[in-house]
Amino acid sequence: MEDRISEEDEYEELADDQKVAIGKWFLLNAPPGQVSQVAKDVREVLMDERLYDQAAKEAFPEYNVKNMISLEMPDGSGQVLLTEFGQLDRSRYLDPRTASVAVVDHVKQVCTEVRPADDEDLPSAYVEGFRFSVDAALMKYVDDAFQGGECSVYCTKGKDVEKSGGEFELTVVICNSSYSPKNFRGGCWQSVWRVLINEELRTATLQGTISVNAHYFEEGNVQLESSRKFNDTVTLQDGKDAGTTIVHVIEHLESVYLSSLEEQYSNLSDRTFKELRRKLPVTRTLFQWDKALQLSLTREITREFSNKR
Amino acid sequence: MEAAMDLMRRMPPSLSQQALDSLLALLPAHSSELLSRSDQPLQVAYDEEFDKHYLLCDYNRDGDSYRSPWSSKYKPELEDGVQPSPELRKLEQEANEVFAIYRDQYYEGGISSVYVWEPEDGKGFAACVLIKKDGSDGGDGRRGLLQEGAWDAIHVVEVKEDQERQMGHYCLTSTVMLALTTANRASGPFSLSGSITRQMESDISLEPGHLCNMGRLIEEMESKLRNGLDQVYFGKTKEVVFTLREPLGVMSASSHVGQTLQRMIVNDLAHSR
Repeated sequence: MEDRISEEDEYEELADDQKVAIGKWFLLNAPPGQVSQVAKDVREVLMDERLYDQAAKEAFPEYNVKNMISLEMPDGSGQVLLTEFGQLDRSRYLDPRTASVAVVDHVKQVCTEVRPADDEDLPSAYVEGFRFSVDAALMKYVDDAFQGGECSVYCTKGKDVEKSGGEFELTVVICNSSYSPKNFRGGCWQSVWRVLINEELRTATLQGTISVNAHYFEEGNVQLESSRKFNDTVTLQDGKDAGTTIVHVIEHLESVYLSSLEEQYSNLSDRTFKELRRKLPVTRTLFQWDKALQLSLTREITREFSNKR
Repeated sequence: MEAAMDLMRRMPPSLSQQALDSLLALLPAHSSELLSRSDQPLQVAYDEEFDKHYLLCDYNRDGDSYRSPWSSKYKPELEDGVQPSPELRKLEQEANEVFAIYRDQYYEGGISSVYVWEPEDGKGFAACVLIKKDGSDGGDGRRGLLQEGAWDAIHVVEVKEDQERQMGHYCLTSTVMLALTTANRASGPFSLSGSITRQMESDISLEPGHLCNMGRLIEEMESKLRNGLDQVYFGKTKEVVFTLREPLGVMSASSHVGQTLQRMIVNDLAHSR
């Protein structure tokens, strides 16, 4: 356990851009709800306000979009979800529900201004009809199943499509995150569903990814990371609201995911964990320490015999 | 330094190695404190003479060399590296043999190492028992269930003897780190990782001997930690997910649906009076 005196008494100092990169890395990996505490720590370990500001300037825009942060819009019309699908540029984000553009300050995590969106950023009335219907059904689903969750529906392809004009794609986004330091827990659920609608064929093809992260840290530190992809196609029937049909599929698939998670957890104790350590030896009794000592002595004697041969 | 430790606690367990490396690069002057206060998975070395593997930690380190518990030789070679006294070395050898059997029975594979030394105050002795298991399909996993599976246990026990009353006082501090990812392709990646540390103190008669006493204590501790992780800790992460997204169609008193229903019923009752 002794320390020998290091030959190099001087420590190699990192270059500024390397320090900024490290600061940025910590910020980007802050768990849900903890970015301000992580920011405080990063400020201290960088020991240089200028470097921290640089790291924050680079990290926060990425962090906010990756974590689908939602910000209060100053005109009281609700929350705007920051996602790659609504990103118009580095600080402007579209909120399809209110057809407005939110200007945000990423580092402060506030929405500073709201303006009505330009026509060119919005889908055609035809597409908007579908988008609106999906959004309405989605809001109801999210309200029922995700306490405190936020959601949005964007048109990500073919926004200028008119009736019988071909396919268009809507992207459904759901995000729910929580952080409760007094209960030592936090987590985030994100689902992104790409819905390709072909009105001629009357189909909606869904491609979804659900990603979940959960953290529990009372006198310890444990996290879950899980994700799953889904593919499904549904027929849009006459007289049935497209939005309801589509959201119904999403709801079903997300429930399927929950059940598979349940199964993984129930296998954990009896099967999965055994790969690491059994609950008890195969003998189903505790380890016989006194017998083991005798055994080891026998092994030693046997080894000495075989060495002598 | 405290900010650094706070960062280590907040970063996801799966990134803790990278977090530590980053902090070591940023704060080289604090490296020994950072290393001693954070738990990292155990590294493995190979003893050619005995054709066995052994685990590395601060307690078998001298400078940049590590001592094998089998040959007691340092690698890279050291002319006069720190060695335990002959008495402690004997205990160390026995302990390595016995814990190898223990390890085999509980872990069905893996690597273990025990190091024994005299503490600075010269009273009694201390020992650390290290166990590392790779339960992945490519490692020692017998059932092919894990794509990634790592268990690292570090037990440090301090022992003081009361010769008069023939009692031993054992103080055990244990840390278990684990990471697992299931191999089920169909249902997508499922990864759990984390670590917990606990302490246990006990006064035991010296009659069974130190090895037995320490062994039983460590066995009890490992079971507690394994069950704690499995049932409590992992269970809590499941709870978090099921709170983020509630299973619909399940009517429970605390669920959103249940609460809404309860309010409706209460309102109805109030109105019908």
